[in-house]
Amino acid sequence: MMGDAIVTLLDVDKFFGANHVIKKLNLTVQQGEFLTLLGPSGCGKTTILRMIAGFEDASAGSIEVQGERVEDKEAFERDVNTVFQSYALFPHMTVFDNIAYGLTVKRVPKQEIKERVKEMLALVQLEGFEGRRPDMMSGGQKQRVAIARALINNPKVLLLDEPLGALDLKLRKQMQLELKRLQKKLNITFIYVTHDQEEAMTMSDRIAVINNGILEQIDTPKEIYKHPKTRFVADFIGESNILEGQVLDCQDGLCRIQLETGMVLLQSPNRKPADPVMICVRPEVMKYERSPVDGFSLPGTIKDIIFVGAQYRTLIVLENGMEIKVNRVKPEKDLKEGDSVYLYWEPEDALGIGDLKQGGSVNEQQ
Amino acid sequence: MPKHKRERKKRIGQRIATGFALLIYLFIYAPIAVMIVFSFNDQETNYFWNGFTLRWYEKLFYDSSIVEYLWVSLIIAVSATILSVIIGTLGAVGLVRFEFKLKKLVNQSLYIPIVIPEIVLGISLLILFDFIKLPLGFIAIILAHVTFCVPFVIIIMRGRLAGLDLSVEEASMDLGANRMTTFFRITLPMLLPGIISGAFMSFTLSIDDVIISNFVAGPYSTTLPVKILSLVKTGLSPEVNALATIMILVMLFGILANSIVQAVLRKRASTVIKSYF
Repeated sequence: MMGDAIVTLLDVDKFFGANHVIKKLNLTVQQGEFLTLLGPSGCGKTTILRMIAGFEDASAGSIEVQGERVEDKEAFERDVNTVFQSYALFPHMTVFDNIAYGLTVKRVPKQEIKERVKEMLALVQLEGFEGRRPDMMSGGQKQRVAIARALINNPKVLLLDEPLGALDLKLRKQMQLELKRLQKKLNITFIYVTHDQEEAMTMSDRIAVINNGILEQIDTPKEIYKHPKTRFVADFIGESNILEGQVLDCQDGLCRIQLETGMVLLQSPNRKPADPVMICVRPEVMKYERSPVDGFSLPGTIKDIIFVGAQYRTLIVLENGMEIKVNRVKPEKDLKEGDSVYLYWEPEDALGIGDLKQGGSVNEQQ
Repeated sequence: MPKHKRERKKRIGQRIATGFALLIYLFIYAPIAVMIVFSFNDQETNYFWNGFTLRWYEKLFYDSSIVEYLWVSLIIAVSATILSVIIGTLGAVGLVRFEFKLKKLVNQSLYIPIVIPEIVLGISLLILFDFIKLPLGFIAIILAHVTFCVPFVIIIMRGRLAGLDLSVEEASMDLGANRMTTFFRITLPMLLPGIISGAFMSFTLSIDDVIISNFVAGPYSTTLPVKILSLVKTGLSPEVNALATIMILVMLFGILANSIVQAVLRKRASTVIKSYF
């Protein structure tokens, strides 16, 4: 599915006045992949998309599409098309005219336009809607029109700016699968912007996590979840408990880590004694017992047991006041709020996050 | 019983409200109605009814000078409208789309020509035109009318532009349309209802202006309202009633035309726009 690079951003900087919104960004998008730019609002992900589309100029660096530099090209000269967050349908035109627009301005013969629009309507399952006006359609339908309109030009890359943001949860889930199906069927490169990590996980071949104008990590959803490179990624993708400590010693990749609240174990290569370390333990792999277990365990008190639908969430407070989230499908019998427990995990289930410095600077942003 | 009482009270309240509304309409339209009725009165004075006649209209029709005044008014109104719409639309684009120093001040100062007493505006324009040695007459009246029409156009267009989603224009360019095409196919059609409203507004303001026109009019450039005013000075005549009635009809037609155009634009915008190309 993946091949050569189709979009390359090299050392791209972007300033809005004195605001440095994109910082030395390097990003390579592969031909035919579904890449998601994921990050909190204001992280610069939409700006990246707009620079690729040609609506914003990069302050420095170069942007290539199919090996060709595009900085000097206008938006209407670039072989990329955009699906906008607000749909941006032309309100004074019918669905047919909206979808046909890209071909109409290129003066494609009318018969061909008709056929192509028909194809597009079939593709997004909107046959029979030709004569409708955007204001007479639901959000999901408008979204389909916007997608069809952007695809009719056969773009090499389709840019999608939080296209499902305005839809309700159920429709959003349905459209996620549909978009993924479309992308596979057409074999077009999708660059998708969202702040919804679940959406990113569901759809993407790769995810680029952006925070504060910096590319934190780019990898497959699985890698990002299993091996977050920074504290921000660990925190933003999925739920996590992040514990800070210092390496005591390591043997065969198994390290003893000193936390404020006790000693724990972490399976991690390349750690040296006295190194600062951050451990990410997902709530689903966190374990607890009534009494201390072999190896290590951290004493704590149950603060709350909350039923959240598919599972029970237990909040456990450590001795230093830190709250630890634990998810269970079934609640432990005879345990209730206020009970003392001992937390532990299998050393291979915990993740060691990269160095403290990077995580620290990210931490200030939160 | 309390429920019954409550309903009765409500009914009485509604009746009072309806009666009050009727009184307001009577207050507004009674003078106009009286004038229209007397324009058909077979009697020189406006005191009592003496039978139906069309002779005042006939007299107007044969009075060629009235037609001339009407032409003057129309030419001035159309010129002022075209200029105001162009200047006002561009001004609104500048005020909405661009950031600059003193933008707030410029925005606020738009209201000055609207709230300033017309007589003050008339005198100041007269002084200005005299100072720059612009001869009074046609051009002076058109410029004066543009002065008070432009703020209205800007205010209408500003609202329209503010409600315009910028990404719609971006979408057009994204799909391969250059700036010109985007302007003519997307921006202009979306602004059209505002432009038409602004044009009707300017036309209406210009065609019935008396005070300012009176100040800056020269020989051979007397507008119809100015002429009517001078006619009335020598006493109310049924002829004036007839003339005013005709003007009301023209205005009604204008309002009607505007609503129809707006409705058509809303419903069949796509086809209307296509006919432009």
